[in-house]
Amino acid sequence: MNATQFFGLTAAALVGLGLYGLIVNPQPLRKVLAFNLIGNGVFLTCAVIARRATGAGMPGDPVAHALLITAIVVSFAASSLAVWLMLRGLDESGASSLADDDSGDVSRNAEPGRCA
Amino acid sequence: MIFWVSVGIGMLLLALALWTIVVKDTFAAVAAFIPYGLLLTLAWLILAAVDVALTEAAIGAGLTGALLINAASRLERAESSAKPRAPGIAMRVAAAMASLAVTVLIALCVLRLPDEAPMLAPEVGMHIGSLGVGNPITAVLLSFRALDTLLEAIVLLIGLIGVWSLASDSCWGGRPGQMQVVSSNDILVYLARVLPPVGVVVGIYILWVGADHPGGKFQGATVIAAMWLLTIMSGLRDAPMVSQRWLRAMLVAGPSMFIAAGVLGTLMADAFLAFPTGSEKLWIIVIEVALLPSLAVTLVLLLLGPPQRKDVQT
Repeated sequence: MNATQFFGLTAAALVGLGLYGLIVNPQPLRKVLAFNLIGNGVFLTCAVIARRATGAGMPGDPVAHALLITAIVVSFAASSLAVWLMLRGLDESGASSLADDDSGDVSRNAEPGRCA
Repeated sequence: MIFWVSVGIGMLLLALALWTIVVKDTFAAVAAFIPYGLLLTLAWLILAAVDVALTEAAIGAGLTGALLINAASRLERAESSAKPRAPGIAMRVAAAMASLAVTVLIALCVLRLPDEAPMLAPEVGMHIGSLGVGNPITAVLLSFRALDTLLEAIVLLIGLIGVWSLASDSCWGGRPGQMQVVSSNDILVYLARVLPPVGVVVGIYILWVGADHPGGKFQGATVIAAMWLLTIMSGLRDAPMVSQRWLRAMLVAGPSMFIAAGVLGTLMADAFLAFPTGSEKLWIIVIEVALLPSLAVTLVLLLLGPPQRKDVQT
């Protein structure tokens, strides 16, 4: 086993941890975090595969690296959209959980979408 | 030696990942995400992906971390009032089994990768000489797969439209984010005065050096975005109103230039996004320079969120 293979196993474990968190945690922000872990695991797998593809004097496959840069930037945009969607939902309903255990008195915002 | 360093980094990564999943307090989970991102940067370095490491440090750890911390601090109040109920033990066991199965499957795939690795590195090496740039990743991003990069810039814009569309009607056209009230003697204000000149130069340097060495427009744009965010967070300059024309012009300028260059390529080099022979490097640099401000502004606005307040009318 070498460092590259070890990171491959780390990536597999990251995907597993993220998947578990995505299913089990009811809060949306925790789901965004868990989803980021899954994404990182997938990116790391991709980097491990790219690292094995050494050729033409390059330490890894540059096409895969370029894809990874694109992926990281796009995942930031996706996380940002998810976070703001969640905060808007919080403003509207006052609830920060997706679990359907309505405790009865979820304090609704008196003026949803008020503008300071 | 490098193997044991990798094992240490991998173990710490997994420990922090586990922490973000199991810890009760959301803020603690988010706080662990930032060292996690920085450790991931080290992993990219060991995997010889220096450009990716720069992007991860700037965007994965830096901007995503800031976004999540902001969200967690706004959630704290709501969470203390209503403790969400965690799913039952049966659900947890089922989820753990499913996750374990996925992990084992991926691990098996990683350990049994074919000895003859499929790759495009030789093709890149063969054609990079004609472009005049020394960094193969820049060559891929702006020439061989320029269409991907163009679409990525447009995806960021669409993401921003999505975020802005979450504004309530009465706030539309106002300023994003909360009003920052910081004492003028605060260290944040000092940093916001001292760092931006340095940061902007560093950002432009990262863009410029990206032609031949690790670096490029995304990393450079993130550094510049961080400098602007610093001045906004310290209250020195307020966030811009989203209805302002110059802001919108800056947002679309980069992608429009990119599309225009692509169309020019159809006329001058017979294909969309093909560059005329002999002047490829010039085209690449013009597109990168045009994209830099647009990307920086887009990243700042994605972090600040939808417009939330209007100027008080007098």
